[in-house]
Amino acid sequence: MAEKQLVELEEVAIRFTGDSGDGMQVTGGKFSESTMLAGNDLSTLPDYPAEIRAPAGTLAGVSGFQIHFASRNVHTPADQPDVLVAFNPAALKTNIADLRPGGTLIVNQDAFKKRALARAEYEENPLPELHDRFNVVELPLTQLNRKALEDIDLGSRDIDRCKNFFVLGIMYWMYSRDLEPTQRWLRGRFRGEVREANLLALEAGHAYGETTELLPSSYQVPAAKIPPGTYRNITGNTAFAWGIVAAGVQMDRQVFLGAYPITPASDILHEVARYGHFGIKTMQAEDEIAACSAAIGAAFAGSLAVTCTSGPGLALKQEAINLAVMAELPLVIVDIQRGGPSTGMPTKVEQGDLPMALYGRNSDSPMPVIAASSPGDCFHTIFEAFRWAVKYMTPVIVLSDSYLANGTEPWLIPDIESLPRVSIPPPPEPENFQPYRRDAKTLARPWAVPGTPGLEHRIGGLSTEENTGNVSYDPDNNERMMHLRDQKVAGIVADIPPLEVVGNEQGELLIVGWGSTRGAITSAVEAARADGLDVSRVHLRHINPFPANLGEILGNFRHILVPEINLGHLPRLLRAEFLVPAEVMSKTQGKPFKVGEIRQRIDEILSPEDDS
Amino acid sequence: MATPAAQLTRKDFTSNQTVRWCPGCGDYSILANIQRIMPELGMSPEKVVFVSGIGCSSRFPYYMDTYGFHTIHGRAPAFATGIKASNPDLSVWVVTGDGDGLAIGGNHLLHIIRRNVDVNILLFNNRVYGLTKGQYSPTSRIGMKTKSTPLGSIDHPIDPLSFALGAAATFVARTVDVDAEHMRYVFRRAQEHRGTSFIEILQNCPVFNDEEWDELEDKKQRIDAGLRLQHGQPLVTGSEGRRRGIRIDSGVPAVIDLGDGSDISTADIAVHNEHHHSPAYAFALASMARPNFPLPLGVFRAVESPTYDGMLEQQMEQAMELRGAGNLRNLLHTGETWTVK
Repeated sequence: MAEKQLVELEEVAIRFTGDSGDGMQVTGGKFSESTMLAGNDLSTLPDYPAEIRAPAGTLAGVSGFQIHFASRNVHTPADQPDVLVAFNPAALKTNIADLRPGGTLIVNQDAFKKRALARAEYEENPLPELHDRFNVVELPLTQLNRKALEDIDLGSRDIDRCKNFFVLGIMYWMYSRDLEPTQRWLRGRFRGEVREANLLALEAGHAYGETTELLPSSYQVPAAKIPPGTYRNITGNTAFAWGIVAAGVQMDRQVFLGAYPITPASDILHEVARYGHFGIKTMQAEDEIAACSAAIGAAFAGSLAVTCTSGPGLALKQEAINLAVMAELPLVIVDIQRGGPSTGMPTKVEQGDLPMALYGRNSDSPMPVIAASSPGDCFHTIFEAFRWAVKYMTPVIVLSDSYLANGTEPWLIPDIESLPRVSIPPPPEPENFQPYRRDAKTLARPWAVPGTPGLEHRIGGLSTEENTGNVSYDPDNNERMMHLRDQKVAGIVADIPPLEVVGNEQGELLIVGWGSTRGAITSAVEAARADGLDVSRVHLRHINPFPANLGEILGNFRHILVPEINLGHLPRLLRAEFLVPAEVMSKTQGKPFKVGEIRQRIDEILSPEDDS
Repeated sequence: MATPAAQLTRKDFTSNQTVRWCPGCGDYSILANIQRIMPELGMSPEKVVFVSGIGCSSRFPYYMDTYGFHTIHGRAPAFATGIKASNPDLSVWVVTGDGDGLAIGGNHLLHIIRRNVDVNILLFNNRVYGLTKGQYSPTSRIGMKTKSTPLGSIDHPIDPLSFALGAAATFVARTVDVDAEHMRYVFRRAQEHRGTSFIEILQNCPVFNDEEWDELEDKKQRIDAGLRLQHGQPLVTGSEGRRRGIRIDSGVPAVIDLGDGSDISTADIAVHNEHHHSPAYAFALASMARPNFPLPLGVFRAVESPTYDGMLEQQMEQAMELRGAGNLRNLLHTGETWTVK
């Protein structure tokens, strides 16, 4: 046997692809976990079809999981994978265009038979001609896995289902990963023969990698320099769920979550529903409207109330949200944006709901809007939303998207002591109580909760008299209340830290982003600046109100570019608000921006002589 | 501070807001009797929440000196569910109408009933839209001519009680706006019931659908037009010489003429039982419509079943017992973690 080489790399991106039933999400998830334990920085992107089980082997049923890891900081799942693992021809067909030229393609050659090729709409086997462009490693994975598990007392279908762990074993060898965490997980997850089969497949794959001459090298990506602390892997939706739990604990209030199942937000409900022992109540309502209405009812009754949804659900909730604006009750609405319009692409990413969040309700209905920008950031963002909701007695919309919801990153677990303890003002004295008497500083009305003697009062959606809260059709009162609600939300700016510019404080080009584009923008700007280009960036968490210094920052740059996964929403706001020439950079393919795409636009703007 | 519940009167439940229903509206009498029954039931104003949607009936909470929430069209049951789930100690009352409850809000009404949330629902049925000025409603009769149905309604109406029973309501009753005593009896029974209590109140709209319930409201006519349900008593009604009984055969009710003085036991007249486990019997009663049957009034069904809010509390307690009170630090550190020095 030839001596095997161990090669050190700075970064690697791998994409696992296969049929929806091949276990790609688990494979990718386990690889991520072991990568994190190895100390690399990383970013992941699961990509799965909306259909639960499209017909096996078809193009529609391909599921993928990409992971990018490095010994330096990682901001995105990478534009192009260096390694593509394809379990079947359909997976190859839908993904090969993304593989870096000269990259490694690992395929299960047993799956490239006539029928499978036909299902993937290949007329002939595409593998031979790929050898020119890629390092193609054809492995008889089905056979190897069956051979390894020949002593296992399971049917061949169950045996074949273990081959993702065989492949994972090979990849663990290739990237010098420890098997132990995955073995521990398998032991906890499965029982009996299935457990033995998966464990055996993992070990056999690892041993095969060590011995086969088809894989001459293995690789080592040294640990990244990461700030000290304890880390874990986290998805955006889990971070939201835990942020909800944390808000209840830190504010010492019962949490109520009302939700209706919708992709890609349902996982928040699933996760929060597990925490009854934190005193959290969850309700799967009959529809989106009821989910929001029940949450508002709970807020009236004194709970920290939250509802989570995606775009079509937000559209349905808007009338109820508008009541919360009018009744001035604390409520957090989480919108995990997805591809639209209408049902659109439910599992794909889009940032399409910003105008709906800001303006999707009848009349002037001011409401704070804040956006998370990475999976771990979702925790802090929703915590902030709860603080605003109770401090200002207002509904707050939190925007995320399917990329953040399912994507993962290593997350520095916050020290509980470092989280602000929020004390909710005690109920007012019954003497001279008025339900709409406002706090002079925040303009918030008191939170007077049913069950409290002496504070009985009525609220509703009809025009409300200042202080008393009684129904009033007085014209001047209506106008005053309109302005008061507006001023209250605008006043939240006092709680928003100044926006920080990354790069020069003034210059040629400022990139303005919000939400999940942060990773791609960061990488593109870092690269451009390393090449000496005059480009800076800011990233907005607070969209309503904007940070106080945003206008001043915008005024310091000649060009303003806003990459957004929609046809251009934020630029319209910036133009309207600050009269600046904000330029749209749009993408609506259901995919995040690639670093290269943004970099190219930067180059175009800063090298106008090339435009001729 | 709060007056002890025993000393409270109707005034303690009356807000300072001017009531703004049309003169002669049936809602006045319902409001007065709710305000009267509250102290009789031993309620404290701070423990009571009235929740409504949109429509004439939904102005109700403004007139009660309790907690109140005038919400959005059709969704009051969902708000009420959130309130009750959040704090089960509250006495929650939903006020709705035939349009609010059965048209735009049909879905939520269905689900609050099937969940058996411990609230009382008062559905004011006047068979017309009042606040939007006179369109037909889901309970309007076929052929009803309104502004939106100049040629007559072609929608088959729904019976509110059949709807509630279809959702397996555990408490179902019907009463009428002019009969103060009967209303208070039904309200009392509703408050005593644990679970969703659904009450249809036949209510007159003098402006857009006057005299819809005349034969049930008029003291003379109602003896023959109505049938007072009393647990353990035979289903018999009618004035002297026009006595009729109800026989239920294979779930189908039939009117049996007892005018000649026939013995009700030999005529096989059904005996009212609120506690049938199956809703089929109450459904048979609810299918009895004018003019072929006397219209039943009273408690159709009252059965015990676990409540949503009760089970929710129970689950929380069990979760606490099983796992101990939640610890945030432990939660954030579950699963695989690693430490960078």
